[in-house]
Amino acid sequence: MAYTEEELKKELETKEYEYGFYTDIESETFPKGLSEEIVIAISKKKEEPEWMTEWRLEAFRVWQQMEEPEWANVTYKKPDFQDISYYSAPNKKPKYESLDEVDPELLATFEKLGISLEEQKKLAGVAVDIVMDSVSVATTFKKTLAEKGIIFCSISEAIQEHPELVKKYIGSVVPQKDNFYAALNSAVFSDGSFCYIPKGVRCPMELSTYFRINQAGTGQFERTLVIADEGSYVSYLEGCTAPSRDENQLHAAVVELIALDDAEIKYSTVQNWFPGDKEGKGGVFNFVTKRGLCEKNAKISWTQVETGSAVTWKYPSCVLKGDNSIGEFYSIAVTNNFQQADTGTKMVHLGKNTKSTIISKGISAGQSQNSYRGLVQVNSRAENARNFSQCDSLLMGNRCGAHTFPYIEAKNKTAQIEHEATTSKIGEDQIFYCNQRGIDTEKAIALIVNGFSKEVLNKLPMEFAVEAQKLLEISLEGSVG
Amino acid sequence: MLQINDLHASVEGKKILKGINLEVKAGEVHAIMGPNGSGKSTLASVIAGKEEFEVKKGSLALEGEDLEDLSPEERAHMGVFLSFQYPVEIPGVSVTNFMKTAINESRKAKGLEDMPANQMLKLIREKSELLEIDRKFLSRSLNEGFSGGEKKRNEIFQMAMLEPKLAILDETDSGLDIDALRIVANGVNKLRGKDNAIIVITHYQRLLEYIVPDFVHVLHDGKIVKSGSKNLALELEEKGYDWLKQETVV
Ligand SMILES: Nc1ncnc2c1ncn2[C@@H]1O[C@H](COP(=O)(O)OP(=O)(O)O)[C@@H](O)[C@H]1O
Ligand SMILES: [Mg+2]
Repeated sequence: MAYTEEELKKELETKEYEYGFYTDIESETFPKGLSEEIVIAISKKKEEPEWMTEWRLEAFRVWQQMEEPEWANVTYKKPDFQDISYYSAPNKKPKYESLDEVDPELLATFEKLGISLEEQKKLAGVAVDIVMDSVSVATTFKKTLAEKGIIFCSISEAIQEHPELVKKYIGSVVPQKDNFYAALNSAVFSDGSFCYIPKGVRCPMELSTYFRINQAGTGQFERTLVIADEGSYVSYLEGCTAPSRDENQLHAAVVELIALDDAEIKYSTVQNWFPGDKEGKGGVFNFVTKRGLCEKNAKISWTQVETGSAVTWKYPSCVLKGDNSIGEFYSIAVTNNFQQADTGTKMVHLGKNTKSTIISKGISAGQSQNSYRGLVQVNSRAENARNFSQCDSLLMGNRCGAHTFPYIEAKNKTAQIEHEATTSKIGEDQIFYCNQRGIDTEKAIALIVNGFSKEVLNKLPMEFAVEAQKLLEISLEGSVG
Repeated sequence: MLQINDLHASVEGKKILKGINLEVKAGEVHAIMGPNGSGKSTLASVIAGKEEFEVKKGSLALEGEDLEDLSPEERAHMGVFLSFQYPVEIPGVSVTNFMKTAINESRKAKGLEDMPANQMLKLIREKSELLEIDRKFLSRSLNEGFSGGEKKRNEIFQMAMLEPKLAILDETDSGLDIDALRIVANGVNKLRGKDNAIIVITHYQRLLEYIVPDFVHVLHDGKIVKSGSKNLALELEEKGYDWLKQETVV
C-alpha cells in the first residue's frame, strides 16, 4: 500500500517512535502473540481514546499475573496464547461466490432450522446483493429506537459516541481482574454490542432480528454492555441457532448487564458454536463471563440454550445489590459426542428481600460430560433472601455423564434456600410408546427432550423458542440407535 | 385383517409365546383372556413390534403384508394401535401436543401435509367429548400424575383420535369404575365398523358386557388353549381357568 507523505509521517509518529513498535497497523491481521504493544495497537486501530487504551493495558498487566483456571470439570489442551492473532479486520470479502460452494451438510442444517436463503448466504459467508428489505428493516428499526432515546450500537461505536456511559460502566460488573478469561477479553476485545435504555423507557421490541443479521460473524473476544436505566425494560437476544463455524478455537466473551432501580433486563442466548466432529476433533472452546448487577427492585433474567462448543465454561450470574431485587437463571445445556460443558450460575444476595430462581436442565448424550455448577451466596446483611434451585439432568445412553455441584454460602440466618435435583434417563418404554403412536425414535427423543426442557423454553421469546426447539432436535440427531 | 400363524416369541432367551394361531377379520371383535403371566401383553407387544421380543418362528401379517421387518412406527402408520396396560409418562409433553405429533407423523408417512390447526382442534373437541374428558386434562403432561382410570381413558381418547384399523386393548378395564367403563366402552364401540377390528385383552367378563366380542380365546402358557363364542367368557368367570389348565395337561 502506498502512503502519502503525510500518512507515513503520522504513522511513524504515533506508533513506531512512541512505542517502539513495528507492526504495520494497516495490515488486516496482526502477527501472533500478545504483548503490551499488541494491546496498544488494537486500541489504536479502533481509534480509541487514551483512557480506553489505559484500561486495556491495566487488564493486560493483570492477566499476565494470572493462571488459567483448572477447577472446572473439563479437560482440554490449553491454548497457546502466544500462538493467536489478536486482531483481524472484519472480513468484508465473501468466502464463497454462491451457495453451491458451501458445505452441503451445513446447508442441510440451515434448511432444518428454517433459515431463509438470504440469511443462509449471510451466515455461510456467501456474497449477497444488497437486500433492500433487510436494510430498510434495519433502518426503520434504528429510527424507532432512536425516537425513544435507546442507544444500540457496536461497542466500538459507543466508545466513540458515548464515552461517558462506557467509561462509567465498563468493568463495573466484571472488573478486568475478575478472572483469567475476563482479563484477556478486557485487554484485547475486538468488538461487541452496546445498549442503553433511558429512564422509564420500555424497549418496544426484542433486540433480535436486527441483531442476528448484524452479528452473524461474531468475534473471538466480544464485549457486550447493556445498561437499563431506572424503571426501564429491555429484552435482549444474543446468538444464533445456525451452527457457527469458526477458525478461531478460543472464544472468551464478556457480557455486563446493569439494571438500575426498578429496571428489568431479560437476556436470552442461543449458542451453537461448532462442537467438534463425532470423534471430538476441532470445535470451539467457549469461556464466557456474564454477569448482571441489580439495583433496588431491579430484575435480571438470564435464559440460555447451549448446544455448541467442544468445551463450554459459562456462569451467567446476578449480583443482587439492591433491596427487593430479583435474579433468574434458566438454562438448557446439551452435550453430545465428546462435548464438555461446565455451566451454571452465581446468585449473590447482598440486598434485603432479594430473590433468585435457578432452573437448570442438562441433557447429555454420546460420551459427553455435562456439569452444573451453581453458587448461592447470601451476605450477612441480606435479610430474608430467598433462593429456589432446580437442577434436572437427562441422560441418553450409558456413556455420558451428568454432574451437579451446588454450593451454598449463607451468612444470614433468615435466608431460605431450596435445592432440588433429579436425574432421569430416556427409557426404552417411553420410546416404544411413542413409536407405537407412529412417532419414530428420532422424533420421540426430540419430543421427550423438549418436554424435559419446557420450563426453560417457555422463558424464551416465542420465535426464538421455536428455533431453539429445532436446534435441540438437531443437536441430538443420531445420538440413539 | 390380522393373520397369526404358529407364532413363537422369546424375551431374554425365555420362551413366552409358544405357537399362537389367530385370525382376526375386519369387522370382528376378539377377546383374549387368560391367567396372569400367560403371555397376553407379550402377544400385544409382538403385534405392535416391540424389539425386545424376538420372533423365533411363525408369521404375522396385517392385511396380507408380513409385519416381521416393519418397525413399530411403520405398523402404527398401517393402523395398528395398542392401548397399553401400563401407559408411560412423558413429562412436559401435553396430551394435545403428543396427539398432534402422532397424527402429523402418521400423515407425513403417508405423504400428507400436517393437519390444519382448526381441523385438529375440531377433532380434539369431538373426541374429548365422546370420552367425557375435561379440556384442562388435555394440557397436562402425558400420563404424569394421572390416576389409573385417567390413564386408561386417555389411551382410548388417543385411539379415537387415531382411528386405527386394528386396536388392541390391553386390560383397559382395570382401574376403571363402572361409569368410566361405560364411557370407555362407548368410545370403543364407536370405532367398531366393518373395516376395523378390535382385540380386547381382559380378565373380566364385565367389560365384555359392553364391548360384545364375536370370539373369545383363552391364552395359557403361551398358547391359545380354547376358543369359543362370548359364552366362553361367562363360563370362565364362573369356573376360573383351572379346568382349562387340566384340559391342556390331558
Ligand atoms: N421384558 C421381559 N423380560 C423378561 N420376562 C418378561 C418380559 N416381559 C414379560 N416377561 C415374562 O413373560 C411372561 C408373560 O408376560 P405377559 O405377556 O406380561 O403376561 P400377561 O399379560 O398375560 O399377564 C411372564 O412370565 C413375564 O414375566
Ligand atoms: Mg398383561
